[in-house]
Amino acid sequence: METSLTGFFESSKAEASNVAARSLRNRILSWACIGLSLLTLVPLASILYLLLKNGLPLLSLSVFTGLPPAAGMAGGGFGNAILGTLVMVGLGLLAAAPLGILSAIYINEYGPTTRLAQAVRIVAKLLTGIPSIICGVFAFAVVVSTAGGFSAYAGGAALAVLMLPTILLTSEQALIGVQGTYREASYGLGATKFQTIVRIVLPDALPAIMTGIMLAVARAAGETAPLLFTALFSQFWAKSLAEPTASLSVLIYNFATVPYAHQIELAWTASLVLVAFVTLANVTAQLAFSKKN
Amino acid sequence: MDMTEEATPPAAGPGRPDFLAVRNLDFFYGKKQALFDINMDIPENQVTAFIGPSGCGKSTLLRNFNRMNELIDGVRHTGDIRLLGQSIFDRSVEVIALRRSVGMVFQKSNPFPKSIYENVVYGLRISGQNSRAVLDEAAERSLRAAALWDEAKDRLHESALGLSGGQMQRLCIARAIANRPKVLLMDEPCSALDPIATVKVEELIHELKQEFTIVIVTHNMQQATRTSDKTAFFYLGKLIEFADTHRIFSNPGQKQTEDYITGRFG
Repeated sequence: METSLTGFFESSKAEASNVAARSLRNRILSWACIGLSLLTLVPLASILYLLLKNGLPLLSLSVFTGLPPAAGMAGGGFGNAILGTLVMVGLGLLAAAPLGILSAIYINEYGPTTRLAQAVRIVAKLLTGIPSIICGVFAFAVVVSTAGGFSAYAGGAALAVLMLPTILLTSEQALIGVQGTYREASYGLGATKFQTIVRIVLPDALPAIMTGIMLAVARAAGETAPLLFTALFSQFWAKSLAEPTASLSVLIYNFATVPYAHQIELAWTASLVLVAFVTLANVTAQLAFSKKN
Repeated sequence: MDMTEEATPPAAGPGRPDFLAVRNLDFFYGKKQALFDINMDIPENQVTAFIGPSGCGKSTLLRNFNRMNELIDGVRHTGDIRLLGQSIFDRSVEVIALRRSVGMVFQKSNPFPKSIYENVVYGLRISGQNSRAVLDEAAERSLRAAALWDEAKDRLHESALGLSGGQMQRLCIARAIANRPKVLLMDEPCSALDPIATVKVEELIHELKQEFTIVIVTHNMQQATRTSDKTAFFYLGKLIEFADTHRIFSNPGQKQTEDYITGRFG
C-alpha cells in the first residue's frame, strides 16, 4: 500500500488524489462561506461604528429637551423632532392598526375565498411596494390641500398609508397561524363566529400581530419622503397637531446638508437616536411578543 | 362465532327509543354523496357505537348531529334529523343553541390555550354566564364527572396545555358536559390515547351514559363491545345493520357485517 500521499483508508494513489482534491475544495468553499458572511457584517458594523463615533459626542439630555438651533448657532437639541416622530407614528398607527387588523379578520375568518378578500389581498401586496414618497403625495392631496396647510395629521396620514399593507398582511398571517382545531372546538361548544374570533382567535394571534405592528412602526419612524411635504418641519415645540411638525428623519435631512459643523454633528446624533429607536422597536417585537408555547 | 368476551346485555332502562332520529338522510360534499338514505333511531341514555371501515360515513353522520358539517363550504343534505321530535335543521333552530344541546369530543383533543378552569367554563361564558359562583360549581361538577377533578383541582388556573394526552381528552369531555348537553358525540375519542388513558375514558363513558345519550364513532371493535349498548355498522355511506351490540357481534344479520367484524376486510 502506498503511504506517501495516502491516508490509512485510501486503497490506491488515484483514490488518494481524488480524496485530497475533494477535501481541499470542501475546505475552500467552507471558508469562502464564512468569509463572505463576515463581509456582510462589515457595512452594518461600519454604520454602527460611524453612528456611535459621530453621534455619541453630542448625546446628552439636552438633545431630548432642546430645540433645533438656528443656522450657525451652537447648543440646542431636537426634542421636538423626537416628539414629532412619536406623535405622527402614533397617529398613523391609530388609523392603520384597526383598519389592517379588522380587514385581516374579514379576509381570513369571514371569506377567504370571496372575491372581495382576494381583491383586498392583491391590493395590499401591491401597496407594500409603493414608494414612500407616493404616500406623501397622497396625503398631500387628501389632507394638506383640503385643510390648506401642513400638519401632523397629514404626516400621520402618510405614515398610515405606509403601514397599512404591512399590518394587514402580517395580521392575516397571524390569523392563519391559529390552529383550526381551536375554532372547531369553540363552534362545537355553541359559540358564534364573533365570540370565537374575540375569545379564541385574536388572543392566540396577538403576539404575531404585535410583531407585525412593531415592524411597521420601525419602518415608518425612519421614513423621510412621506413627511417632506405633509408635516414639513418646525423649529419649535408643536402647539397643536394642525401645524407643521418636526420629525427626526426630516431633521436629519435638513441638518445633514447645511455647511455648519454643529448642525451636522446634531444630525449624526439624531441618526443615532433614530437607529436606537428602530432597533428597540424590532428587538421588542422579537422578545416581548414571542409565543411562549 | 362469538366476538364478545363479556357480552353487554341489552340496555333495559326506560328512555325514549327515538331520542335522536334520522329520517331518509342523504348527505353531499359538493357533488359527492357521502350518506345514502340513512334511517335510524338512537335511544336515550344509552351508548350507540358507529363502526365501519374508513370512509364509510360514520364521522360524517356524527358531525351532522350538531351541524358541524355546515362549517364546510358546499355541503348539502336531504332528509331530516330530529332531536326529541324537533328537526334540527328547522329554520327556527339556532345552531348555537343546538350545539350546546349536542356536545362533541373530537378525535384529537383540542383544549384552548387557556387555563384548565377557563377551558371547562368556556361554554358557559359564551352563553352569558359569568357569575363566579355558578362557574366554580359547574367546573367542579364537570371535572368530577370527567374523573379529572383530583388531578386538576390544585392546578385549575394553570395552562391546560401542560396536561398529558389522556388528561387533555378528559378535559375536553369535561368542557363538553359543562354545557349539560342532551347528547354527547364522541369521534374516536381514544384513538390518540395510550391504553391506560383509553381504559379511563371508557370507564368514564360508562358512567356518563346515566346522564347523557352518547354516540361514539370507533375504529376499535373491541371498544365497541366494551362500551356500547347498540352498534350501527356503516359501509360506503349506507347503514348496513343496527342492533344491540351483543347481537351484532355474536350473530350479525348481514354478511357484510359479519365480514367486517371477522376482519375479512377493514
